[in-house]
Amino acid sequence: MLALFALHAAVAAFLPWLAARAPRGVWYVAALVPLAAVGWAAWHTGAVLDGGTLNETLSWAPALNLTVELRLDPLSLLMVYVVSGVGALVLLYCARYLPGHGREAALLLLFAGVMFGLVTADQLIALYIFWELTSVISFLLIAGRGEGADHRRAAEQALLTTAAGGLAMLFGFILLGIEADTYRISELLAEPPSGGLTWLAATLILVGAFAKSAQVPFSAWLPAAMVAPTPVSAYLHAAAMVKAGVYLVGRLTPALEGVGPWRPAVLAFGLTTMVVAAWSALRQNDLKLLIAYGTVSELGMLIALLGAGTRTSALAGEEMLLAHAAFKSSLFLTVGVVERTTGTRDLRRLSGLGRRLPLLTVAATVSAASMAGLPPLIGYLGKEAAYDGLWHAPFAGGGWAVAGLALGSLLTVAYSARFLWGAFARKPGVPDAEPKPAAPGLVWPICLLAAAAPVLGLWYEGTARLVEPYAATRGLLAEPGHGYAVTLWHGITAPLLVSASMIVLGLAVHWARRPVARVGSRLPRLPDSQRGYDRTVHGVDHAATWLTRHTQVGSLPFYLTVLLLTVILVPGGTLLSHPPDWPEVVGWHSVAQIPLSVVVLTALGGLVVARHRLTAVLLVGAVGYGVAALFLVQGAPDLALTQFLVETLTVVVVVLVLRRLPSNFTPERPSPRSRVLRAAVALAAGGCVAYFAVSATAVRQSLELSDTIIERAPETGANNAVNALLVDFRALDTLGEISVLLVTAIGAGALLGYRSSRRQWPTGPSAGSRAARAFRGIHWDVPREPWLPEADELPRRDRSLLLEVVVRALFPAVLVLSVYLLFAGHYRPGGGFAGGLVAGQAFTLRYLVGRRAEAAFPLPITPRAVSGGGLALAALVALGPLLFGQPPLYSATFTLGLPLLGDVKIATNIFFDLGVYLLVLGVCLKLLFALAQARDAGDTLVPYHDRPRRVPR
Amino acid sequence: MTTLDLVMALVVGGLFAAGFYLLLDRSLMRILLGVIVLGHAANLLLLLTGGPPGVPPVLPGAGAGERYADPLPQAMALTAIVITFGITTLLLALVHRAWQLDGHDEVRDDVEDRRIGTVQDREESGPPLPTDRDHEPGGGSGR
Repeated sequence: MLALFALHAAVAAFLPWLAARAPRGVWYVAALVPLAAVGWAAWHTGAVLDGGTLNETLSWAPALNLTVELRLDPLSLLMVYVVSGVGALVLLYCARYLPGHGREAALLLLFAGVMFGLVTADQLIALYIFWELTSVISFLLIAGRGEGADHRRAAEQALLTTAAGGLAMLFGFILLGIEADTYRISELLAEPPSGGLTWLAATLILVGAFAKSAQVPFSAWLPAAMVAPTPVSAYLHAAAMVKAGVYLVGRLTPALEGVGPWRPAVLAFGLTTMVVAAWSALRQNDLKLLIAYGTVSELGMLIALLGAGTRTSALAGEEMLLAHAAFKSSLFLTVGVVERTTGTRDLRRLSGLGRRLPLLTVAATVSAASMAGLPPLIGYLGKEAAYDGLWHAPFAGGGWAVAGLALGSLLTVAYSARFLWGAFARKPGVPDAEPKPAAPGLVWPICLLAAAAPVLGLWYEGTARLVEPYAATRGLLAEPGHGYAVTLWHGITAPLLVSASMIVLGLAVHWARRPVARVGSRLPRLPDSQRGYDRTVHGVDHAATWLTRHTQVGSLPFYLTVLLLTVILVPGGTLLSHPPDWPEVVGWHSVAQIPLSVVVLTALGGLVVARHRLTAVLLVGAVGYGVAALFLVQGAPDLALTQFLVETLTVVVVVLVLRRLPSNFTPERPSPRSRVLRAAVALAAGGCVAYFAVSATAVRQSLELSDTIIERAPETGANNAVNALLVDFRALDTLGEISVLLVTAIGAGALLGYRSSRRQWPTGPSAGSRAARAFRGIHWDVPREPWLPEADELPRRDRSLLLEVVVRALFPAVLVLSVYLLFAGHYRPGGGFAGGLVAGQAFTLRYLVGRRAEAAFPLPITPRAVSGGGLALAALVALGPLLFGQPPLYSATFTLGLPLLGDVKIATNIFFDLGVYLLVLGVCLKLLFALAQARDAGDTLVPYHDRPRRVPR
Repeated sequence: MTTLDLVMALVVGGLFAAGFYLLLDRSLMRILLGVIVLGHAANLLLLLTGGPPGVPPVLPGAGAGERYADPLPQAMALTAIVITFGITTLLLALVHRAWQLDGHDEVRDDVEDRRIGTVQDREESGPPLPTDRDHEPGGGSGR
């Protein structure tokens, strides 16, 4: 089974390629695959009907308990015949109808494979996946290449309806699986669940089945889907896909027929659909729509019969299923031939076609007769069994069901007659059609499908053998004292009389079609499910717009306020309503915390009221330094060091960018009301976090992990536990972190260094330089020695002797310090981050004095290469151990005897730290270069739209 | 067990409150400063969950009766500090770019959000879109 499924998929993948080379051959190749499936089914028929089943299991994720289980039992066998048999003939028909359509060939064949999987799946989740795959393929086939608006709309409607039903069904499957404690269908059938939420599961599954099989109120998508090419309609929307819902009902009825809503829902919805859709069919003038509504009607009957849950109705359902697949697909294909040869499907414009296409007429007549239930065809066998099953039904409401079935059958006879009359009869006043000759390749698949009706009807023993094993399933109600046998003649019985009179009445309705149509147009209109669908979609659209209008005001502060209020109300409310045991709170742990807290809080207070940008940035720096000092008090020197360095760099970078922005914040000041509101929200949120912090730290249970880390840090070659964590225990984390850092630096560099125009914006002489020219002689502090070579090029007013001397002296020392920090990190506070930041600051200092990034970093490699090389080195060190059969990020320690230094203990993770160092240094350099570029781009503010376009030279 | 002291709780609360206040502003620059302050707040909170002050976790450091500070939140906070730096520079570049393009660094209301909310009103006042499919007898033929 799995091999067959794979064969479908593999051949389908290869068809589009073949289509360009063999426009017809592609369809013949495609048809071979379902033919192989039919042959395979025939091979196993005897064994399966004798009670054996075929099981296959593919476990593709055993750890997650995900398996694909396939099973061939009598009902699946019947469906395989339908799906693959009809599929093969439709594909052969396509060779003449759609030559060269590789996309359609591939999709149809794939669809055949998916249907094959669906009817053999023995696991609810696998069944669901196949089920949704059919919806998707149906969408693709209806939409075609998406060129027509009606195609797109019909495809969307089909997908929305069936997928929404599918979701309900999935929910039902899961509930059912929970109730039954298994997702295997065969186990479900062996031990049907009954308690708890089984009724809800059954209801949801029925919703899915009804949507798929186009039952009222979900029926509108199927007639709309008739925009698809006729063979697609014949296969998907008559024989196969819409049968999935019927199959699912038939599959689960033995387990669920006794569950509350199952039988009433199935009978009520099925028979209502049967009658309503048949009445609609009777009013169609488009032959294809006529049989489309006929399909909806027949599906209603099938759902009712297979869901009723008695032995005879199950027999009837199976026979009708076979019959319907054969006659409905042949009728669809007939419509395709009629349209192809005459150019129309409108029965008012067709006349006298019967004499011009005699073979087609005979085939269509046989099919329509089977649809109407005339003996000795398979449709007759099914209808008789249906009447008998409902007549002798061992449950209440059988009489109503018989009445519904009779009314539906009457209308079925009438629309069957209307179809034949419309397609082939000679009509007064309409000129005879002049059809083009029909290619034999289009007609003989129709004849084969039509021939199934008399063959299965006359050879009823064979049909009986095929359908009886499922009907005998444990779980279906047997009618006591009434053993229905599949045969053409049961004597004169009440069901026979009803059936015969309905055929007569149906023909009478057709004969009196004009008065019937007049009466029909005066009747109040039946609720139209297309309008229901349109209203639902429209309603959802309106609800979405309403929601958008009332929640999306477009204001960022508003959104953030809502988020913060949620934080305050939900977790904060929970904290207040379930207050944790208030811990013993001490005022402070260390006296040093008090002055530092005062510094931080004062700076914060200044920050929120600051109106000057530079002031605010400096205050942020003060906050950062205060926090760093608090880190130190807390016993985290590494953290404090890094924080000091980062804060310095942040302030420098922010100030360098800030030079270009107005000195005061814009907009200047919000209204007092909004400030009060913001302050209230911010204070409440801050209070919330503080309360949470106190109560959360009080309940920390275990410190074993931290103790272990400290104890085992020396194993990594480091005595500094924080460094050991960064380069060893959590090195993967660090690797991710430096990647993030590199990405943000690339982004920032691109944004800052971006030049919208190559033209330099001229800057007018500033007030400072004019003053400098005026007082040229008094610049005593301008250096006269070349302390920094690059600074010589600066205007004298911008130079400072103090800075140049200090930088000149400090630069090498700072670089040495950075290397020291890198290597000392293993034993003392420091490490790659701190070292890299210090080195970065050395270059920053030079840049600040010399104003030229290239001069500050005069090596012939770019910052990009430095940071990228750092990341590459870290990644190499991480992956290297794999070569030696060790896990990634493994670190080895060895001792090296060096001259002068003696024995030096080295852990390989020092190279990881070196990578971090290089990356951080590269990131700092990258920012410097970007800032320099941004400065070169000019200081003049030019609004975006007013910028001059680049002039071609 | 270990408990946060009141002074530190006050600092953490103050940092968060100030960060949120700045975040709610319409000036991109103040929003950026808010993000920086919030970064400090989160890092400090993370560190404080490790318990009261202790000896730096560098061996051999703690004598008898002393305890080490918890290294795990320290390493996490260190990672967070560096990431905050990266985010800050990126945001700063965005502020700079916004200023370059628009000539201001103000977060104005997104008009597009409001336009989406009125899309149907505009559709209904405009020419009607073809939505009804004809299912009446006589319709839908000749496809």
